[in-house]
Amino acid sequence: MRDQKLWTWHLAAGAIILILLGLHMTIMHLDALLGIFNPAGGHPIDWANVVARGQSLAFTLTYILLLGAALFHGLYGLRNILFELDPAPPLKKALSWVLVLVGVGLFIFGTWAAWVGHQVASLT
Amino acid sequence: MSNGNLPEQIVFRIRRFAPGRDQEPVWKEYPIAYEAGMTVLDGLWKIKESIDPTLAWRASCRMGVCGSCGMLINGKAGLGCNTQISELATAVVSVAPLSNFPIVRDLVPDLRPLFDAHTALSPYIIRSDSAEQEEPTREYYQSSEEMESYLQFSYCIKCACCMAACPTCATDPVYSGPVALAQAHRYNTDTRDDGFQTRKEVLAGEAGPWRCHFAGECSRVCPKGVDPAKAIQLMKRQLVGDALGLRKKRTPAGLVKKPEGIERRPDIPEAPVPTV
Repeated sequence: MRDQKLWTWHLAAGAIILILLGLHMTIMHLDALLGIFNPAGGHPIDWANVVARGQSLAFTLTYILLLGAALFHGLYGLRNILFELDPAPPLKKALSWVLVLVGVGLFIFGTWAAWVGHQVASLT
Repeated sequence: MSNGNLPEQIVFRIRRFAPGRDQEPVWKEYPIAYEAGMTVLDGLWKIKESIDPTLAWRASCRMGVCGSCGMLINGKAGLGCNTQISELATAVVSVAPLSNFPIVRDLVPDLRPLFDAHTALSPYIIRSDSAEQEEPTREYYQSSEEMESYLQFSYCIKCACCMAACPTCATDPVYSGPVALAQAHRYNTDTRDDGFQTRKEVLAGEAGPWRCHFAGECSRVCPKGVDPAKAIQLMKRQLVGDALGLRKKRTPAGLVKKPEGIERRPDIPEAPVPTV
């Protein structure tokens, strides 16, 4: 049952990454079309535009969602690659736990960073 | 040069190995006279009859039906009996046992991993009406379109060529492999079957289709034209749909209705009593 669910989440995370990366690419490279996300004008990565997006709670949530999806998608893919080396069952279990801990740790750190970024931007 | 581009004499380069006697496999060469229409299996018989009677391989029907003579021919998995030497168009024909299996002797692979995986996936019709299955009164109804959905997968002869070509089978001993997975999909798709949940116990775990990279080698080498790679991708879709609760619940096909208003012709004899 576990592999069926993990694979389904892997696909779902891939779809989320596709949508959010598409949004990112659009904002960064098609700013002439989506000027709404760059209210200060100029280049999309100008400080004023970064702060303006950082003030938005919706943007902050998409950062966190993208982080979670990318971490799960990437680490599950890495787990599959490592499992193809045919490790012994105890090593498989240990690898899974290490990847889970790394993933959860990075997610907490990234979420904290995104949230602090949002608060700092809101005070600016 | 009497047979197209092939010389009158060709060389069979065969990988020989007898566990217990040999430390590792060795290649031996056997020159034999080529005859028009000769298959790889014919060549092996000729070597056994005239050069080396100790050469071992597995074969039975000699017509691409039984699936016994799967072997690596010039590095590609195929059936010895339906591979013409003229098709290979090489003066040296290398023959080795199917890869990804232990070797019993010479060209004889130990196919137990395949059959164990196959058995674990219950490759037969599973229904709740076991009494009807044991003592059938009529056929279960299935339309031609419904049969088309799994028909090509039922052509599998379990020759294991796909397993030998599969890169995932080469590295992952837990993976069920294309034979068992394609057969599980064949029965999951059959409208007469109700065994999806039973097979899911294996398919949803590590032995399921999740490690397939879709290299497609299984479909390329299949001597019966089956497309196991397609079956595995369709199975993934089916299982993902199931995990998301989107899989359509299906009632297994019922019995064919008895025709009404038609009298049986008196000159048609009764069917003989079943002997099995």
